[in-house]
Amino acid sequence: MDWQAIWLSVRLAFSTTAILLLVGVPLAGWLAFSPRRWRFLVEAAVALPLVLPPTVLGFYVLLAIGPRSPVGALYARLTGGMLPFSFQGLLIASALYSLPFAVQPVSGAFQSVDRKLIEASWCLGVSRFATFRRVVVPLARPGISTGAILSFAHTMGEFGVVLMVGGNISGVTRTVSISIYDQVQALRYDAALETSLFLLGFSFVVLALTYALQKRIRSTWPMN
Amino acid sequence: MTLSPITDHSIAVAALAAFLLACVSRPQAPQPVTVAAASDLQFALEDIAGDFRRSHPSAEIRIVYGSSGNFYTQIRGQAPFDLFLSADVEYPRRLASEGLALPDSLFTYAVGRIVVWAPAGSPLDPARLGMGALEAPSVRHVAIANPEHAPYGRAAAAAMKSMGVYERVAGKLVLGENVAQALEFVESGAAEVGIVPLSLAVAPPVRSRGRYWEVPPGAYPAIEQGGAILARARGSRLALDLRNYLAGPAVRDRLKQYGFSPPAPRETR
Repeated sequence: MDWQAIWLSVRLAFSTTAILLLVGVPLAGWLAFSPRRWRFLVEAAVALPLVLPPTVLGFYVLLAIGPRSPVGALYARLTGGMLPFSFQGLLIASALYSLPFAVQPVSGAFQSVDRKLIEASWCLGVSRFATFRRVVVPLARPGISTGAILSFAHTMGEFGVVLMVGGNISGVTRTVSISIYDQVQALRYDAALETSLFLLGFSFVVLALTYALQKRIRSTWPMN
Repeated sequence: MTLSPITDHSIAVAALAAFLLACVSRPQAPQPVTVAAASDLQFALEDIAGDFRRSHPSAEIRIVYGSSGNFYTQIRGQAPFDLFLSADVEYPRRLASEGLALPDSLFTYAVGRIVVWAPAGSPLDPARLGMGALEAPSVRHVAIANPEHAPYGRAAAAAMKSMGVYERVAGKLVLGENVAQALEFVESGAAEVGIVPLSLAVAPPVRSRGRYWEVPPGAYPAIEQGGAILARARGSRLALDLRNYLAGPAVRDRLKQYGFSPPAPRETR
């Protein structure tokens, strides 16, 4: 079994989830509460990775982070490194690819928070930001954890984008899905079966654990 | 449930009637032939198939391009292909020994060649530097196809080893899923140089966009591209004609223009 690839995928999935929580929660907040009329344009842009094939996304990301692009050139000037074929490059691609999976459940949860509670908080003189942090976010916790789980699971299972931008470097960009693909291509069906089975079991356990946990959070929070 | 059993029944009858009608009204044209071809044939085979169609006007030939390893797996899963043109003669050989291809139809149609390739605008000139281009200080990434399953990737790795640069280049290698992706990595600038098939370097859309140096054929084991008729096309006249045409001298000359070498004489039947 390719433990190195499994470990890499787990690290990638955790880092992607962390980034998406940092970026996705404020973005979801903006989407849920902004009065701007062009909000729907941002909503559509966030949802794009759901519709676009991973090949399109991967192809664009490779061009966008390559050394000839402004982003790639800036990164090279700042760090002396290159984004394509690096863990950081993969992280950017994964975060883009899983963005809707993080933003949509969180934004939905924000929207379903009782407006009266928010307005009551404002009336008590609590600032908008503090209300968001202390009222809206805690009430939307199930939605936030759903977003986090989906981002994690989606990144674990990511294939097409990694295939397009990764370069298949062992320990750096060869994720578990790529490793399984390689094993099938090299006709090592036994190894492929073993790794696939592990991934299946791992994914199921992670999902089952988090859903069980979520149920407990949901059923206990009214009492806190 | 709003549907009555009668409606369900009549839907089934209508579906059956439609199915039977489709079976009956199929025209009596010669059986079409579906070819599963290695992606490095993409440019050459269109021309060759065009030539073949001229002598067989009623022939219907469909060509699907992809990775030879993928095709091998799919054919084992009863994929509906009649002729398999692999980038590596090993796959059809295996299919023949598994009873999935006709052993008599096994043939080698070309030998692949590899080149060190850099984009036209690059300061690296492979024609001058040869294999040394991979070791140039400006080179951070060297793109090749994955040697684990791509025949051209295997040849690239073998050539680097036999020419004594592998140890120093290994840390810079990035692996494309196939040769086309390896080329794409270099074209996009993400990798500075790559080892790709000559057939790709001289292909019309690529020719003017890069410079190359051919790796001497002695530096790596020959990339024998072979094919076979698959078991499901047993008795198909058209499949046999096409296979014999591909093994013939006219195609050999055509393939030379597209960056392949003719197969060694002992390999053809």
